[in-house]
Amino acid sequence: MTKAHRIKTTVNGVISEHTVEPRLLLSDFLRQELGLTGTHVGCEHGVCGACTVLIDGHSARACLFLAVQADGSRIETVESLGEVDNLSALQEAFREHHALQCGFCTPGMLMTCVDLLRKYPLANDDEIRDGLASNLCRCTGYEHIVRAVRAMAAKR
Amino acid sequence: MSDIALRPKHIGARIKRVEDPRLLTGQGAFTDDRLTPGALHVAFRRSDHAHAIIAGIDANAAIALPGVVAVYTADDLAGLVGPVRAISRMRGYHPTEMYPLARGKVRYVGEPVVVVLAENRYVAEDALDLIEIAYEPLAAVTDPEMAAGDDVPILHEEAGTNILASREFSRGDAETEMATAAIRIGGRFRFRRKTPLAIENRAAIGEWDRGRRALTLTLTTQIPGIVRDLLADILDMPGHSVRVIAADVGGGFGGKASLYPEEILVAALTKELGRPVRWTGDRLEDLASTSQGFDEIVDAELGLDAEGRIVALTAEVTGDVGAYSIYPWTAALEPVQVISFLPGPYRVPAYRGHVRAVATNKAPMGPYRGVGRPISTFVMERLIDMAARRLALDPVELRRRNLIRKDQFPYRVASGIVWDRSAFIDTLDSACAAIDYGKFRQQQADARAVGRLHGIGVATYAELTGIGSRISAAPGMPINTGTETATIRLDSTGAVTASFGIASHGQGLETTLAQVIADELGARLDDIQIVQGDSAAVAHGTGTYASRSAVLAGGAATQASRLLKEKLIRAASHLLEAAAEDIDVTDGRVFVVGTDHSLTFREVAKAVYSEMGRLPPGAREELEVTKTYDPVFGTTTSATHIAALEIDPKTYKVTIDRYVVAEDCGRVINPMIVDGQVHGGVAQGIGAALYEEVVYDDNGQLLTATLADYVIPSAGEVPSIETIHLDTVSPSTLGGFRGMGEGGTIGAPAAIANALADALSPLGIEIFELPMTPERLFRLVEATKAKGA
Repeated sequence: MTKAHRIKTTVNGVISEHTVEPRLLLSDFLRQELGLTGTHVGCEHGVCGACTVLIDGHSARACLFLAVQADGSRIETVESLGEVDNLSALQEAFREHHALQCGFCTPGMLMTCVDLLRKYPLANDDEIRDGLASNLCRCTGYEHIVRAVRAMAAKR
Repeated sequence: MSDIALRPKHIGARIKRVEDPRLLTGQGAFTDDRLTPGALHVAFRRSDHAHAIIAGIDANAAIALPGVVAVYTADDLAGLVGPVRAISRMRGYHPTEMYPLARGKVRYVGEPVVVVLAENRYVAEDALDLIEIAYEPLAAVTDPEMAAGDDVPILHEEAGTNILASREFSRGDAETEMATAAIRIGGRFRFRRKTPLAIENRAAIGEWDRGRRALTLTLTTQIPGIVRDLLADILDMPGHSVRVIAADVGGGFGGKASLYPEEILVAALTKELGRPVRWTGDRLEDLASTSQGFDEIVDAELGLDAEGRIVALTAEVTGDVGAYSIYPWTAALEPVQVISFLPGPYRVPAYRGHVRAVATNKAPMGPYRGVGRPISTFVMERLIDMAARRLALDPVELRRRNLIRKDQFPYRVASGIVWDRSAFIDTLDSACAAIDYGKFRQQQADARAVGRLHGIGVATYAELTGIGSRISAAPGMPINTGTETATIRLDSTGAVTASFGIASHGQGLETTLAQVIADELGARLDDIQIVQGDSAAVAHGTGTYASRSAVLAGGAATQASRLLKEKLIRAASHLLEAAAEDIDVTDGRVFVVGTDHSLTFREVAKAVYSEMGRLPPGAREELEVTKTYDPVFGTTTSATHIAALEIDPKTYKVTIDRYVVAEDCGRVINPMIVDGQVHGGVAQGIGAALYEEVVYDDNGQLLTATLADYVIPSAGEVPSIETIHLDTVSPSTLGGFRGMGEGGTIGAPAAIANALADALSPLGIEIFELPMTPERLFRLVEATKAKGA
């Protein structure tokens, strides 16, 4: 196929180098090359947001990024947040407010929320819902996700 | 025994979910997360024709592509795997043969025609482009009413007709009663096609154990037991050598509750090639080939006397079931439910409902959350509101006059369904009180005075949930969906493992079933592990669908827990030297009531299993119980939804201001999870009412093949939903639980349709079609204005 490229990335604080095809999606790179299967793939055309990760501190769709574009970038995935026995405050808020059901959209939803909570006032539910509208969830009807984010926004 | 010890501590409590930590940290085990070194990756070349003869396939260039290992067409599969037929005892039903790859002709856009196996998915997809398929196009059949007529192309020649099933339910002489009714209200109602749209696409991984000649299929499915049983048949293997695992599944909503061609193929090719074989569908494949739902035309009429009491109801229903009768539910499932449930929670003395399930060149119709009842509720609740308008009665008052009253239970409806007992009128009263219905009407009058389009819509419905062995989940289907088995075991370390045939995919059943067991057995929550989503868990299981799991698995868990508790007490009576009736179990301890003599589960387990001589000979029993629960008929779940909304007269954007659900789901196991189920169901109902529509053009081409075209609600479109639980214990089920996974989607389309009609009532506009998109609203209003001018 097309000539492979050498890329260097920092994923969840770990620096590594890989040789990848230019057409390899960042979502496939994370899941298949690095084994970070927490980042899920829902549509591969940038609508559902399940694959949302942070690239150099900003939320982005891993399915709309090529791995080669991430060369030299700092990437954060859901695996960077907390552990099963030591959830992050945001993860704990999701659990407390029942903000997940099947859990498939959840990693992308969490990474979007990390970005929202860092950047925006989220002064009321309308602002929270505006921010969450980038990610689709088919299970929760969003209400419990809004409550989790509201609780986190108040704690900042 | 003390009352305090018996009081439930976990059932009814807002307990955080067991599932959450793994799902929140990216440690879930979804199908595509599974690592399979050396696997072959599958890609499907799918039909781009709706209806065409396959004249020839040339796959030579694909086979020659480096990295491609094998290519199969239907001809190559002959002798490897045959067709599947969804059979039924229903009279006049025609099953259809579904081959894993289209054989001879294609019947819908997206039907698998050729399968490629390659070293990775990218190469497999490259190879698809190199396959040449020669088609001889046939006329596409897309209009179900035309498809049901004469002189139309037939999809399945062996059926000889496109009408795959038809059925009628009647009670009394509906036509005669209708003729004499003081008020007659009717119309043609149209509910447009939907897709379940789980965020996780369908996927399957097959692994072959060469030593044991055993197949494991990891699958995004709601029905691992049904898939296992069928694969054992068609691959001619014993059930113990075919295992279907649905570990974490990313939503289903009915879309993962049927057997798919891709699943059969992955299983068959894994066995044939002796290597792991994996397929992960993309969103286009999901939108084109996952079972769709809710596509019906309903001509209905309601007759009432002058006081507004229903005297008769008639309906003629046409269901567009797509290209195949889906396994195992059949094409009859969705459309027949429409006429089964149309009379709803009302006294309807005379009824006739007739339905046809008609094949067209579209993706097959299957179960989708609510199955038939979102449509039946939409139609009936619209008719009630239209009748109220004619009678100049408040729609809530008209409902009160017709809802089945407490003293009228059990109430048998025409289709044979029996409403055991449910809080029909209570849900209506509670929802009205919560939204302050009277005050809203005043505010509405003020808003109308200044030209604002405010509306309020009420919908009350009833559904049958937790159905047992006497009522098939689908008419005449030869699969037992009415029982559920629990095996609960205290192992030699004192840990409790409880195994079921269900398959949770977001419902939180690992938590709610542990709550039931904790109370019934007296175990600690942390000591209980729930095994489910695995065909090997119990001898027979079907899965999770039809709002059954909490009722059936909860019942089985209750029975098995109680028997296991008796075994524990019998063992402890020897160990504690006390009479069995003086012993109780709570919090993972077996104790002599009123004393400090107690043993932990661990101590009892060690004594029973490991410490020889602690029990008298013959007193040692395995600390394991298997019980199968059958609720026989099932139970009634009901709710009233009220939506208050405003239509923007310029853009026709609909904003839902308030949404209240008062529901009777029986004894609540976990109120937090019940709220979540209601919220999610309502969100899908809002999508069905306002946004979602699978669109095929006249040639059978799918026009909604991306998430930009098939629009589901985001956080901006779904309001905060208020819930009221009427905790009325079901008289018909063990534990008093009622199923509640689907109700949100059943009530919401009707409530929103009624609210839209209410908002537009100054213009005299009624709503007969969903989804009511801004464009449709605009056209309705323009057409009315044009008529007025």
